Amino acid sequence: MSDHGHHEGGEAREATAGHAHSPEEIKKEMRLYIVVFVGLAALTLVTVGVSSLHLPTHKAIALALAIASVKGFLVAAFFMHLLSEKKLILIVLAITVIFFGMLIWGPWQHHYSPFGV
Amino acid sequence: MEIPYTVQERPDTGLYNGKLGIWLFLASEVMLFGALFSSLILLRSGAPSWPHGYEILNVKLATLNTFILIFSSVTVVMAWANLRLGNFNRGRIFLGLTFLCGCGFMIIKSIEYSTKFHHHLFPRNNNFFATYYVLTGLHGLHVLAGMIVFAYFIGPGSKMWHTDRQRFTNRIEVTGLYWHFVDLVWIFLFPTLYLL
Repeated sequence: MSDHGHHEGGEAREATAGHAHSPEEIKKEMRLYIVVFVGLAALTLVTVGVSSLHLPTHKAIALALAIASVKGFLVAAFFMHLLSEKKLILIVLAITVIFFGMLIWGPWQHHYSPFGV
Repeated sequence: MEIPYTVQERPDTGLYNGKLGIWLFLASEVMLFGALFSSLILLRSGAPSWPHGYEILNVKLATLNTFILIFSSVTVVMAWANLRLGNFNRGRIFLGLTFLCGCGFMIIKSIEYSTKFHHHLFPRNNNFFATYYVLTGLHGLHVLAGMIVFAYFIGPGSKMWHTDRQRFTNRIEVTGLYWHFVDLVWIFLFPTLYLL
């Protein structure tokens, strides 16, 4: 069932583009994963530490979501390899982000609008 | 009939089909969880009062679960990297660790749930618990689905390594992308529900 070795007009390539190829590059990537893990763990501790300060709700929400966004960036950029991903995937994600933003912004804006119910 | 482009990149997309497929699926998942987060914002901002998660929920257990999921994200990329290096056994060990992390997450989650049930805290109690159970429950189902897929690739699905290494490696990459998404959702769920 595999299309291994099957080439369409010589254009099809093995699906490794955008990722490290040589063993040295892959091992370098593996070291990076450990560094990212340490960063994520540290940011988790920061999130918990900040929450124990019991800041005013608006500040607490802003800070917690800012830290979560940095963690999300680290996961998406390095573990999901979005930094080196193909343009088509980035376009799909950009469209998703726009619609996700509409979903979140809608109720938020509605609540804080002077005409909101 | 042969399924095309399971290993080779399609010339027009530059991707093998499985990879494009998982990203489209993840896009739909973003909208699914986005709708629930949107509902949470609407309910919380519209409520006259809303309890602080850290006063009702077990932050220590949730923090432990956060570390477990982050660690499992590392183990799954390590599995993929080892498979790319041709180290099947080491790759399978990392897949096993990922599966165990999933088990650990679900055990801790079940402890959390059973404590809540013991104290008669159910979704019907208030909107806080309704959103808590829906969001963490749906997330837990995603963890469970990922564990089933990992169990398959550790067990019977691993036979493919001996017949088509690249395709098996790609399958682990695709599963890993899904697993990272599950981790990403938890990264936002944790502060939103437990710490605010």
